[in-house]
Amino acid sequence: MTPTDTSKETRSMLLNIGPSHPAMHGVIRLITELEGETVIKVEAEIGYLHRAFEKSCETSSWTQAIPYTDRLNYVSPLINNFGYCAAVEKLLGIEITERCKYIRVIMSEISRITDHLTCIAACAMELGAMTAFLYLMKAREYLYDIIEAVTGGRITISYGRIGGVKGDLPADIGPQIESALVKSEKEISEVDKLLTRNRIFVDRTRDVGVLTRDNAVRYSVTGPMGRASGLNYDVRKAFPYFVYDRMDFDVPLGERGDNYDRYLVRMEEMRQSMRIIRQAILQIPDGEVQIDPHFKTMKSFDLVDEAKMGRTEGLVNVISEVEPTLGGMERPFHDRVMPKDKRVVLPNKGDTYGNIEGLMNHFKLVMDNHGICPPPGETYFAVEGANGELGFFVASDGKDRPYRVRVRPPCFFNMAVLHTMLEGYMVADIVATFGTINMIAGELDR
Amino acid sequence: MEIQSGEGPGFLATNLERAVAWARKYSIFVYPFVTACCGMEYMSTASGHYDMDRFGAGLPRFSPRQADVLLVVGTISHKIAPILRRVYDQMCEPKWVVAFGVCTCTGGFYDNYSTVQGIDTIMPVDIYIPGCPPRPEAVLDGLIKLQAKIENQKQAL
Repeated sequence: MTPTDTSKETRSMLLNIGPSHPAMHGVIRLITELEGETVIKVEAEIGYLHRAFEKSCETSSWTQAIPYTDRLNYVSPLINNFGYCAAVEKLLGIEITERCKYIRVIMSEISRITDHLTCIAACAMELGAMTAFLYLMKAREYLYDIIEAVTGGRITISYGRIGGVKGDLPADIGPQIESALVKSEKEISEVDKLLTRNRIFVDRTRDVGVLTRDNAVRYSVTGPMGRASGLNYDVRKAFPYFVYDRMDFDVPLGERGDNYDRYLVRMEEMRQSMRIIRQAILQIPDGEVQIDPHFKTMKSFDLVDEAKMGRTEGLVNVISEVEPTLGGMERPFHDRVMPKDKRVVLPNKGDTYGNIEGLMNHFKLVMDNHGICPPPGETYFAVEGANGELGFFVASDGKDRPYRVRVRPPCFFNMAVLHTMLEGYMVADIVATFGTINMIAGELDR
Repeated sequence: MEIQSGEGPGFLATNLERAVAWARKYSIFVYPFVTACCGMEYMSTASGHYDMDRFGAGLPRFSPRQADVLLVVGTISHKIAPILRRVYDQMCEPKWVVAFGVCTCTGGFYDNYSTVQGIDTIMPVDIYIPGCPPRPEAVLDGLIKLQAKIENQKQAL
């Protein structure tokens, strides 16, 4: 063979996209094989954000694992929190209070909206629609205000507790949520006008990155991606948990399974989530707290001093004031969101600071080797995460540390099916398709 | 710098170094190396509510050759560390590095086999913004501190 012959030979070209690429949210490497502009083969390399979630859980106590779950899907951390807590509660056989179930539903749905907002915003920005990104970030900021009012944090909130939530909702949260929803809705409908009939956006997304229903089933894809392909599976409907069976909402389904369908499904799911939140606020039990006006309040350190000096008369009826970060954990609120189970639930702050039984109970639960000790066994519990079925498999050997915590991250399956959605399309379509998948490296690599 | 006014149009009395420092301080082009959770707060800071653009750092550049400040946002694992170092090496002088979030400062609570225990083990860092993730206000505070640092340092001319 002469050198001239080899020069005529056509070869495909290998191209690395990522790991440091603005459109590869977070970190993932796509090794693509191109023939001209057409993608013929894609391989995704993952693991750039491996943070040893599962191993870390095994070395921390059952409660200490909650902050690690925040950082799995950091766009909707509340759902992860509640998923993990619900799995451990199933292992322990605890029934959480009615009000707590509603709080979990409300907060999960707020989180779901922020997740979908972020996904659509990032996807639109990568396709050149910077305005849509800014509008949706604005909408997300209103919801972060609510999350902050309830949990004290914006993103990594650690609001779930085994047996309940950190604290009760603030007193006037209902109107606040409503006004945040109205403001976000306005932004979302603006973006709807900007994107849904936008010729450029539709051309970039319609019939691009098609995921067939068969492939979705074959690769166990769930969530908005599966639903956009016509796969009618939503954990909230199929295996209702918390109080989703009392909520009236629709599950949007796509027909073609392309990028545009995924966008539409996410837009509709946000509206459905708002419907759920509004229903839950109307239905939530115990709207008001009855505080006995004869009860005295006292700073918790004064309470301790009084008790030390032996002036204990009437101290049982004193409500100890706690610092603002512990709000919602005082005695009147605590019982509404936490079950009466001394094995797992920290006593209310008034009891911890105010009497020896409460202090002992608290001490026992936070001590090494004495904390929450579920009976030996294993269980699996799944919630509908923003990207699909988010499952937690927890195993206990009867000690105060998890024997094993395994997550079923929805993104992992979405990444497995990715190559079927990219092969045969153009290089430029990779960005559009990847944007609508909403890959979250935290839960993908764990 | 001060404006001297007298007869006719005023003029600006300064020396070259101070003028360059002033210009550099207010025209920061950041390269956001976003890997994890902190990216959410970076997005919030860059968007309308907090608006990083007020401080002249609004335009992210996704090419290291066009950027002045490397914003390392999120956990750096041992697998991504060489790539981060390479991005840093590709940037032109003068350049600054901001460690955004506690994972980049010290490794945070990921004290395990896979996480780099602070990016200052692989590159020099100018500003640390702790927090998990830091609030947008903290990010802006870090940015202002970086601007002060840029202004007061010896300028390579």
